Amino acid sequence: MTTFSTTHPIWGRSGFAFLLSDTGGKILLGLLLAAVILVPILNLLVPASSPFHISTFMVSLFGKYLCYALLALSVDLIWGFAGILSLGHGAFFALGGYAMGMYLMRQIGTRGVYANPTLPDFMVFLNWKELPWTWYGFDMIWFALIMVVVVPGILAFAFGWLAFRSRVTGVYLSIITQALTFALMLAFFRNDMGFGGNNGLTDFKDLLGFNLQTDGMRVTLFVLTAVFLAASYILCRFIVSSRLGRVLIAIRDAESRTRFLGYRVANYQTFVFVISAMLAGIAGALYVPQIGIINPSEFAPANSIEIVIWVAIGGRGTLYGAVLGAILVNYGKSYFTGALPEAWLYMLGALFILVTIFLPKGVVGAWPTLKAKLQERIQSSKPKLEAAQ
Amino acid sequence: MNALHAQVDKKDTILYLDGVSRAFDGFKAINDLSFYVLAGELRAIIGPNGAGKTTMMDIVTGKTKPDVGQVLFDGNVDLTKLDEARIANLGIGRKFQKPTVFESHTVFDNLELALAGDRSVFGSLFFKLGERRDQIENVLETIALTKDKDRLAGNLSHGQKQWLEIGMLLMQEPDLLLVDEPAAGMTDSETAATAELLKRIAGTRSVVVVEHDMEFVRSLESKVTVLHEGTVIAEGSLDKVQTDERVIEVYLGR
Repeated sequence: MTTFSTTHPIWGRSGFAFLLSDTGGKILLGLLLAAVILVPILNLLVPASSPFHISTFMVSLFGKYLCYALLALSVDLIWGFAGILSLGHGAFFALGGYAMGMYLMRQIGTRGVYANPTLPDFMVFLNWKELPWTWYGFDMIWFALIMVVVVPGILAFAFGWLAFRSRVTGVYLSIITQALTFALMLAFFRNDMGFGGNNGLTDFKDLLGFNLQTDGMRVTLFVLTAVFLAASYILCRFIVSSRLGRVLIAIRDAESRTRFLGYRVANYQTFVFVISAMLAGIAGALYVPQIGIINPSEFAPANSIEIVIWVAIGGRGTLYGAVLGAILVNYGKSYFTGALPEAWLYMLGALFILVTIFLPKGVVGAWPTLKAKLQERIQSSKPKLEAAQ
Repeated sequence: MNALHAQVDKKDTILYLDGVSRAFDGFKAINDLSFYVLAGELRAIIGPNGAGKTTMMDIVTGKTKPDVGQVLFDGNVDLTKLDEARIANLGIGRKFQKPTVFESHTVFDNLELALAGDRSVFGSLFFKLGERRDQIENVLETIALTKDKDRLAGNLSHGQKQWLEIGMLLMQEPDLLLVDEPAAGMTDSETAATAELLKRIAGTRSVVVVEHDMEFVRSLESKVTVLHEGTVIAEGSLDKVQTDERVIEVYLGR
């Protein structure tokens, strides 16, 4: 009985024991730490002529991948552990991105084409005379940062509360989430919504007074993204290692059994859905200053489906698998859309099918499965050997 | 009011159903059902397929609402107004016909999830097991799964899953257990052990067992209620109900 803590390190004495058992997570956090230390040095201090130099283009590219990784992490939290397949998580990502984009727009000030101190260019162009109420407060970074999590959080709460209380689950929920992001896309395309219509928000100049185009700012944004990804990973790991995480898995596997044990399933689902939406919002907010634009195409239903593919390819229900999947697939996307632009979507589709059939636990699940198979083979050959003797 | 239980005082009952009906698309799954279970009693409920046994359990546990009728817990709590989680937390545990355990959790974690206590989201997030491990160890002993506590529940045998589910009910510390066909698919020795287990549990708690297997019901040595077409047709000892005209008619054909 005393050996229990070795099989369940979650119950160890240390507050961070929940991380110790997580080998994949430790590797991920180690890599992120290394990136946070090395990337600034290799970009800013190592001269461009050196083979060890990392170009600012690559820094921004990987910064973007880490945003996608955070987004994938948020999807894995709900899909991998609570069985909630959201096909609309791009919406929360885009909302976080818009909140950040609105702050960046207000920062432009008189440097815009029309040099209007309060109104962004597109509003002047539309002949608007005053700032719509939805833009109030976005000239203050603290307000914008709060909105980055509050707006996706409130939407997820309202949506989750209604859906989960009515016991909408499975494929029906997935379809509604698709509809949600599609509806938001149509809404944001409209000029009179006041978010820049189909052009979205762009031409950003600076963040907190620092020019977004400098190498230093690019590296800072990369480091911030890595730090937020690491912190979010730890948060997600803490959640899934707690009893709450075990309740989520219980809901995923046997929802009505969980209910008859006295758990209010809808509360748990709503809670984790809101956390996940907030993380997606943070990912979007980190993405926009690095990419330099946010427009309604981020709400496109296909984007949300792609996130699920990243998670499936990386390995659902592992958290670090989602991070790996997002980076791998997007790296592949960057490479192949350059080399073979027409083939990419077919390759993505094929990859998804192949992984589903041959690696149902994703890339990170392949190794334990392989190991188990080898062990099985060794064990099944043993009796034969004994019989032969 | 049914003549079968006109004489009882609600205060002595743990479960009290009176004139309960529930129709699905015109089909009366439960039809003017009335019976009661006393505190600490072990009761077997038998009846042919479609007699309404599962619907009766659904109504008591809040999964289904009755069209009419009174369902009382502990003589005063109206169960028809409450949802599943609330009813479970009042102290009514339910075991499904098909063993339903959390397959990707260990045996220990299954019991830990069932452990009585705070069921709130934030309570769960910061939950620490601490001293209460002993409670789980005790139940592991009761259901003879101590050796298997670190195995995934999905890897247990059918009989072990049934016991694990009963163990989960015990962790909930319910006053009333509803057990749906606990002996289904069990070997003879497992069946006998299950009957012993249920008899041991009854006494401190009330247990209602729905069962097809007559040998199993006999080994429970309890009062038997016979359901047919959603209503009670006989009640009493097994020997008494087996000689009842209507029971014979229902079971041996019409």
